[in-house]
Amino acid sequence: MSTGRKTVKRRKFLKIGLAASASGLLISCGRTGGGPHWRFFTEEEARTVDAICEQIIPADDFPGASQAGVVNFIDLQLTRHYKKHRAAYRKGVANVEAVSRETFGKRFTELEPQQQIEVLTTIEEKDPAFFALIRNHTMQGYYGDPRHGGNREWVSWKMLALASPPVRGRARLDKESRVS
Amino acid sequence: MALKHVNAVVVGSGAGGGVVAKELATAGLSVVLLERGKSYSAADCRKDDLRNQRTTVLGNAFGPDDERNPRVLVDEKGRERIVLASEGGYSNNAACVGGGTFSYGAMAWRFMEQDFRMKSIYGAVEGSTLEDWPITYFDLEPYYEKAEWEMGVSGDDSGNPFKAPRRKPLPMPPLPPNREFEILEPAAKRLGLHPFHIPMLRNSVPYNGRGACMRCRWCVGFACEVDARTGTHNSVIPMALATGNCELRTECMVSEVMVDDHGRARGVVYFDENDRRQEQTADLIIICCGAIESARLLLNSKSKLFPNGLGNRYDWVGRNLQGHTYSGAVGLFDFDTYDDVGPGAQIAICDYNHGNPGLVGGAMLANEFIRLPYHVVNYAPAYVPSWGLAHKEWMRNAFKRTIVVIGPTQEIPIFDARVQVDPKVKDHWGIPVARLSGGKHPHTMEIAHAMTQKAEAWLKEAGARRTWRRQPSPGLSGGQHQAGTCRMGNDPKTSVVDKYCRIHDVDNVYVVDGGVHVTNGGFNPVLTILAIAYYASDNLIKTWKNTKGRV
Ligand SMILES: Cc1cc2nc3c(=O)[nH]c(=O)nc-3n(C[C@H](O)[C@H](O)[C@H](O)COP(=O)(O)OP(=O)(O)OC[C@H]3O[C@@H](n4cnc5c(N)ncnc54)[C@H](O)[C@@H]3O)c2cc1C
Ligand code: SF4
Repeated sequence: MSTGRKTVKRRKFLKIGLAASASGLLISCGRTGGGPHWRFFTEEEARTVDAICEQIIPADDFPGASQAGVVNFIDLQLTRHYKKHRAAYRKGVANVEAVSRETFGKRFTELEPQQQIEVLTTIEEKDPAFFALIRNHTMQGYYGDPRHGGNREWVSWKMLALASPPVRGRARLDKESRVS
Repeated sequence: MALKHVNAVVVGSGAGGGVVAKELATAGLSVVLLERGKSYSAADCRKDDLRNQRTTVLGNAFGPDDERNPRVLVDEKGRERIVLASEGGYSNNAACVGGGTFSYGAMAWRFMEQDFRMKSIYGAVEGSTLEDWPITYFDLEPYYEKAEWEMGVSGDDSGNPFKAPRRKPLPMPPLPPNREFEILEPAAKRLGLHPFHIPMLRNSVPYNGRGACMRCRWCVGFACEVDARTGTHNSVIPMALATGNCELRTECMVSEVMVDDHGRARGVVYFDENDRRQEQTADLIIICCGAIESARLLLNSKSKLFPNGLGNRYDWVGRNLQGHTYSGAVGLFDFDTYDDVGPGAQIAICDYNHGNPGLVGGAMLANEFIRLPYHVVNYAPAYVPSWGLAHKEWMRNAFKRTIVVIGPTQEIPIFDARVQVDPKVKDHWGIPVARLSGGKHPHTMEIAHAMTQKAEAWLKEAGARRTWRRQPSPGLSGGQHQAGTCRMGNDPKTSVVDKYCRIHDVDNVYVVDGGVHVTNGGFNPVLTILAIAYYASDNLIKTWKNTKGRV
């Protein structure tokens, strides 16, 4: 009897919890940006970050960072484990825009790919801390587990021909049975 | 309400603590085992490549958490900063039941005879506190055997002519070779080296009521979802609890050892899962918090008789912090080397642990555990740009075609690599945090560089098209293989505990973990920590019986 009651209570609690967190995603989450899509970035920042990531891992025969949703990974993590990097992103992205305007008189997203690479090469040299940060986060968002918001549909693991979704390990033991 | 007095309180449920709790409880002592972290099980294998105990970019999977457990790191230039538990420089191992053994790689090495007599063999090294152990390999041999058989080690070191004598072989055969083993073995033989199967605390066949390894890719850093990998959490700790004499209390953060005015320890103070302050009195206090946290706890245990911390009369607590300087190389092959068969690491050589001309020691070299895609990102050689199309193409070409050979270079201990308690920074419970400072002895780097060359030569012989060295890091060591901070020795002026792990100054306080290592061998340390724990427990129980509890 008493356990039954407890279960109901717990379910109710979970429901409320879920509703709260879902609305949290849409409305608040320490939002400092505008637009309906992002948790931390403004629309413009998100576009710039997306373009930066796409140069760090460009599309070729296989999807690049953009299609893998890396900007979503970064934006999401900036509300979680990477909260501590918020200021670095705000400043770092603004700096990319500044260098972009100084060098080419345009926004980063309006540049030709080659020009974007040039700007990022400057950033790598002049603002190495931010460059390393976004470079590492891009790698994580692209090659890491999709549960964190990137690597959409396991695009990178497919590129690497690593079975996905990840299979459970298995006892593939004896040498003879192995297909070479 | 005061807690019930017990015979022994064991602080920390990792490698050392798990064994001590089991041994004392089995001998009939009442034991309380206090662990600051939580208890996890096989079901906690989240297969999360960005958040586990090895890749911690999104946090530590098995503790400690970033929010409550800062440390202070002082770099070579004397600049200090606060580091969080999942950040580089923190020198983390783990905080959970089983400690590091819950999520480790489980290599189960015996040290070699020479590793206990480094100073006698190589002589004093300038600028180093290099010393012999007060015990020899042969004092520990029976206890290595006990650890291997009671907990269960698989492998086959019969092909290793350099190993120290053993009376019994390992209880389980090795796992069948993976592809890297097959590639590396003939190459090593052609070079005149002596490759063999790494001993592992991992079931290759059912053992101790748990099944065999199913060879997945989520091993080191993760929970083993079939419980085939053995840690203290699924072996000795359950045995301790089954005696009915041991109570395990999790999420209990010990802050201090209480010492009375006669220089006898009364028990410990801790904060329970609700942050309530508790006092647990006991006849014996055994500190097993891992090298860094054990030193911190001793230093934080200030009393009238020991104003500078327990065991610290001569300023040796926290000194000689060491780990291993990982040294090795990567080889790129023209064919697939990746076969997706875990745990990955399988083949080793001990040809370079000792006897290297001009070097004090060396390292065991082995192939690396399975690499997930994110690991490989930073394995690229210097000629590959770190971003852009070229890097992506490299990932595509190299992911399944690299082999990494790497080994734990034995470090030359220095007095100034140390743990202190920070005068300002406190943790969530108000306890002064560990403050880490110092670097490495220059000779450690020389040995490490020599080892990278050996690794590279092995890969070349194996047919690698290109090879490049992994440059060893010159900064302070510690981390997963942390050791040395509560050195064992006969002279109270130059060590912290005696040869039975008892603190020189106080009769009823012991340290049993990696901290007591005088030197750390050119091997992963856990089997030695386990063996010392069995050995120290044996003595503790004898003393207990002889004095009828009045230690
Ligand atoms: C990913 C990974 C891979 C590894 N691979 C290997 C390997 O292949 N082979 C090998 O030999 N070693 C390996 N290690 C290292 C091995 O796990 C450690 O050497 C070993 O666990 C150290 O044992 P210990 O008893 O010194 O400390 P630990 O195992 O760290 O145990 C200390 C325990 O004390 C607890 N504690 C600390 N302070 C307090 C306090 N104040 N109050 C209460 N509790 C406290 C901690 O939470 C922890 O559980 C690996 C470690 C990791 C993390
Ligand atoms: S490789 Fe084996 S021991 Fe390691 S986690 Fe997988 S099943 Fe467990």
